[in-house]
Amino acid sequence: MSIRDLSDPEYFDEVAEANAEERSMDGLRPTYGTVDPLSGLMDPAESVSSRPEHHRLLKYLRREILPTTFCTGCGGGTVLNTFTNAIDEMRIDPKEMVCVTGIGCSSWIPSPYFLCDTLHTTHGRAIAFACGVKVMKPDMKVIIIAGDGDLAGIGGNHLIHAARRNIDITVFLVNNFIYGMTGGQVSPTTPFGIRTTTTPYANVEHPMRIADLVAAAGGSYVARWTTFHAFQLMESMQYAIRKKGFSFIEVMSQCPVSFGKSAGMKDPVSNLKYLRDNSIHVDGTKGMSEEELEGKFVVGRLVERNQ
Amino acid sequence: MLETTLAPAEIADLYLRSLGGTEHFIQGDEAAAMGALFAGCTFFGGYPITPASEIAEVMSRELPLIDGHYVQFEDELASISAVIGAAWAGARSMTATSGPGFSLMQENIGYAVMTETPCVIVNVQRSGPSTGQATLPAQGDVMQARWGTHGDHEIIALSPSTVQECFDLAIRCFNLAEEFRTPVIFLMDGEIGHVRDKTVFPSIGEVTRFPRRKGTEGQDAFGGETIPPMLEFGDGCFVHVTGSTHQDNGMRDVQTSTVHDRLVRRLVRKIDEARDRIAMVEVDVMDGAKTGVLAYGATARPALGAVLQARAAGAKVSFIRPITIWPFPGSQIAAACDGLDRLIVPEMNLGQVNREVERYVDCEVIHFGKIGGEIHSSAEIRAEIERANR
Repeated sequence: MSIRDLSDPEYFDEVAEANAEERSMDGLRPTYGTVDPLSGLMDPAESVSSRPEHHRLLKYLRREILPTTFCTGCGGGTVLNTFTNAIDEMRIDPKEMVCVTGIGCSSWIPSPYFLCDTLHTTHGRAIAFACGVKVMKPDMKVIIIAGDGDLAGIGGNHLIHAARRNIDITVFLVNNFIYGMTGGQVSPTTPFGIRTTTTPYANVEHPMRIADLVAAAGGSYVARWTTFHAFQLMESMQYAIRKKGFSFIEVMSQCPVSFGKSAGMKDPVSNLKYLRDNSIHVDGTKGMSEEELEGKFVVGRLVERNQ
Repeated sequence: MLETTLAPAEIADLYLRSLGGTEHFIQGDEAAAMGALFAGCTFFGGYPITPASEIAEVMSRELPLIDGHYVQFEDELASISAVIGAAWAGARSMTATSGPGFSLMQENIGYAVMTETPCVIVNVQRSGPSTGQATLPAQGDVMQARWGTHGDHEIIALSPSTVQECFDLAIRCFNLAEEFRTPVIFLMDGEIGHVRDKTVFPSIGEVTRFPRRKGTEGQDAFGGETIPPMLEFGDGCFVHVTGSTHQDNGMRDVQTSTVHDRLVRRLVRKIDEARDRIAMVEVDVMDGAKTGVLAYGATARPALGAVLQARAAGAKVSFIRPITIWPFPGSQIAAACDGLDRLIVPEMNLGQVNREVERYVDCEVIHFGKIGGEIHSSAEIRAEIERANR
């Protein structure tokens, strides 16, 4: 295609018409804010009064922007689900919460979807912003949800120092092993040997074990769970929110689209099986060597301190 | 523990009241910090750096006395982040740094512009680039203050020439930040930061504090009017703050070109429209003068000295000192330069404000730059005046 072709108004008209036809097909799909996210899921024959109109947890979400933009099979939805359940069970008023996030897919879990005060910040700085919020609003629950690239990569220093300071904030780090939003580049947690879009000859670096790093840096509560362990994760979230001091959960999560294509697990189910099969509870790791634990996810409560 | 029935705000008020009318022989850094306290600063996040560290030291000593909060962070990235977070949680917040730290803060200064967060960033300029001459003054960050963060925006920056001005303008910085809901850069330099002058603290009753305009539930915090009201965390309004392009209600919308166009044009317009109101320029024009000297910050002091010496020797020389650096007070400077043939602009850099001046004035603009960490002497500037007059 020459620049002359590209500059030809008639050619552009053709492309525009073709695009318009495609878009009319798109009209069949729901667009933001115009369609009830649960419409179509309810049986129209069923009487409205016989069941609640909406899911009991919908009140915790910004309904006007649903459905979420997460890819099919993304672990982000599971984290949002467990988080919302945790808040509901704890009877926390969302008016008493601030969710602080960074940049990346995982940061979109609470901002914009969770209905509380939300601070969607620059890449890597969520914890630093949250420190300023917590100092001024010590009575509010300040919760950070962000990804591995955000909190452990570009923002790793803030994570270490917030743990050292033991400031009373709660961090849920969603570790999906990859930079998902930018299209699947290697991250600090990508397993050794995996090919990504920026490690086309395989990853030659070893992944960071983030929860262990935070446990060494300080903090009052450090745990690791996966999106496969939804109920354990929810209980752990409640514990972390309740715990005074810096609390941290590394949530191993699946990204079938960006990580899955690299690791040869394009379907969400095999991603979840990968998390299940490689998880080992911390209580069962006694006497195991470093080699035996290589590539395993040690789940459960790793550290609890009262400082 | 001392038992008291006073509320923290009353203690703060009593403490500041006790300082009213007192005279001090202090550094510019200390005066800027005390000015911030009088302006109602309640949060300071910082990281040590010469020649700005004294501001953090004073804040760490004074803020706990007035129920404020001081946190020393792991770096300047965290400092500016926490300052913005604290502002959304109700604080009047500030950080202070110098060149290298100011460079690190640029991304989040843009975030503060985009999210319309009132806060004050003090940059006690030092000699660069990079680590440069760590302890020595310069004026090399004037254009960085204007364009350091990426994307279209307007910014407010003020530059003091005396220690008393460090105090007074610090208060004005906070008020401009609140009035225009924007980050304000207090563009000091290492010389003014470390020089000691007599400084008088006003009585707290004389200090005007521009109150934060807060909205109510359902009100748009990011549009609807040129400077929308703020919804803070804890107000129960479920505010959504993002540095991404957003609609009037704060919801992210990065795909609609009209949303971005409307938002960014408004962010620029709210400051641009008020540039005459923000402008502060000291003008000392002499009838019939053909030569003028324009200087700001520390350089304005030897420059004024040179002008007064030249006048004593019979020369006619005008003196212009912009105190507001951004938005640039071009029309005020152009009016003051009316009738001049030439304008000498001494600066501690290799050419920054002189180019901005050229855009507004008709006369010849002679840049007289000096770098190396030493400010101009009056004799040097006077020699330049004589050379120009010849």
